[in-house]
Amino acid sequence: MTHAANPDKLLEKLASDLENLLEQRSIENPLMIGIHTGGVWLAEKLHKRLNIQDELATLDISFYRDDFSRIGMNPQVKPSNLPQQVEDRHIILVDDVLQSGRTIRAAMNEIFDYGRPASITLACLIIRSGRELPIQADAIGQALELANNEQIKLVGPEPLEWVVKTDNDK
Amino acid sequence: MVNKATRPTDNLLGQDLWNIQLDENGQLKHFLTIEGLGSNILTQILDTAESFAGVNESIKKVPLLRGKTIVNLFFEASTRTRTTFELAAKRLSADVLNMNISVSATSKGETLLDTLRNLEAMQADMFVVRHADSGTAHFIANHVAPHVRVLNAGDGRHAHPTQAMLDMFTIRRNKGADFGKLRVAIVGDILHSRVARSQIHALNTLNTGEVRVVGPKTLIPKDIEAMGVNVFHNMQDGIKDADVVIMLRLQKERMQGALLPSEQEYFELYGLTEQRLKAAKPGAIVMHPGPINRGVEIESSVADGPQSVILDQVTYGIAVRMAVMSMTLGGNRAKSNQEEAS
Repeated sequence: MTHAANPDKLLEKLASDLENLLEQRSIENPLMIGIHTGGVWLAEKLHKRLNIQDELATLDISFYRDDFSRIGMNPQVKPSNLPQQVEDRHIILVDDVLQSGRTIRAAMNEIFDYGRPASITLACLIIRSGRELPIQADAIGQALELANNEQIKLVGPEPLEWVVKTDNDK
Repeated sequence: MVNKATRPTDNLLGQDLWNIQLDENGQLKHFLTIEGLGSNILTQILDTAESFAGVNESIKKVPLLRGKTIVNLFFEASTRTRTTFELAAKRLSADVLNMNISVSATSKGETLLDTLRNLEAMQADMFVVRHADSGTAHFIANHVAPHVRVLNAGDGRHAHPTQAMLDMFTIRRNKGADFGKLRVAIVGDILHSRVARSQIHALNTLNTGEVRVVGPKTLIPKDIEAMGVNVFHNMQDGIKDADVVIMLRLQKERMQGALLPSEQEYFELYGLTEQRLKAAKPGAIVMHPGPINRGVEIESSVADGPQSVILDQVTYGIAVRMAVMSMTLGGNRAKSNQEEAS
């Protein structure tokens, strides 16, 4: 597919996939973590929809990026907020788009600085072409084929919409 | 080296468009003084520090500056400032060298520039500079290799910008982000204080409602009103209805000549006591850059009292210095490599 479906519809599919997956893996009482910014918007909705007890945690991976020495500090860095211990918890990590896998790599490094989780399940609304690391999502809204110079971004939080840009410089 | 073509023409220089603290994209490159920086940069420092404050409360350390070397170049004694810079660098995973210059090469006759060239040859990425002469950090920033960043940790009577920013951070955490509502009184030896100068610039850049300086005539520079402050010589009037009272240290080591009759008299006229503090707004916070002289500019019961945020200032100093280090060091190494390559 080359066209992204409506985010709210995809969220429904992602939520039911995630529910099945948790049941299949016998995970009860997971800890949900959203990655700033898009991932947090989605995680807030998923958190309600799946009735997760523990407060939603959020991560800003700016301090763990591998391109920091190339592009510098993200001016809109937000505080990470992990009120619960991650030690021995089953974690659901939520992000909007999975492309290179570098954001997820950074997020996992950050989580491990807080402790050793029992497991991490990755939920992404869209997975697209362009992987650079061996990282895959466990629960998916939609898989999308995009050209290398196409960028897809979630804007929101109300309403959630996709913006696709073509980068002509490359 | 900076490309001459990108440099604004001379007739624009007077408008401070050519600020060596900023790179071609307007991002912070060196941090030497608050002057010439817009509220956008100051707010960015405070916001970034807010994120690092979270790091300090939880995991302590992030890998952001792994592989970078930060050199503390302290030509003037300092404990608090040097150690918080060192902690900030370590919490960003950088390597830190502490150079105690008074006992090293410069005392053997090596010039400052030769010392710098040697440190650069050891692949230092940042110099944190404190010096008794005003302008030293600027001088160093003008002479370092293009990839090296310079932070001013206090130069003479001129500026101490990271101290001012940690003070702004402390005010924002306690009194909220709207500085327009606030009345801030800075009390004491304004004349010798680089901290006061940087605070006044920062407070005015952030549009503080009213900034006051309070002290004896001999310790307040002439024409300081031009910096956008109101001057008070009476302590009681000066801190009346203030939201923030910043006490400055009476700099004994700089107090030569007849500026003051005695410490005792100073305390009687300008020392912050519990009784005097009642003139400020209820809930006003009391700040001090340290080290404090108990019984000279501040009473112990105030320094240790419920309105004092003096130790919070020290804690926030780490987060603010982490913010400035990461903002100035990010992205520059590769950029300068590219420039060299092309």
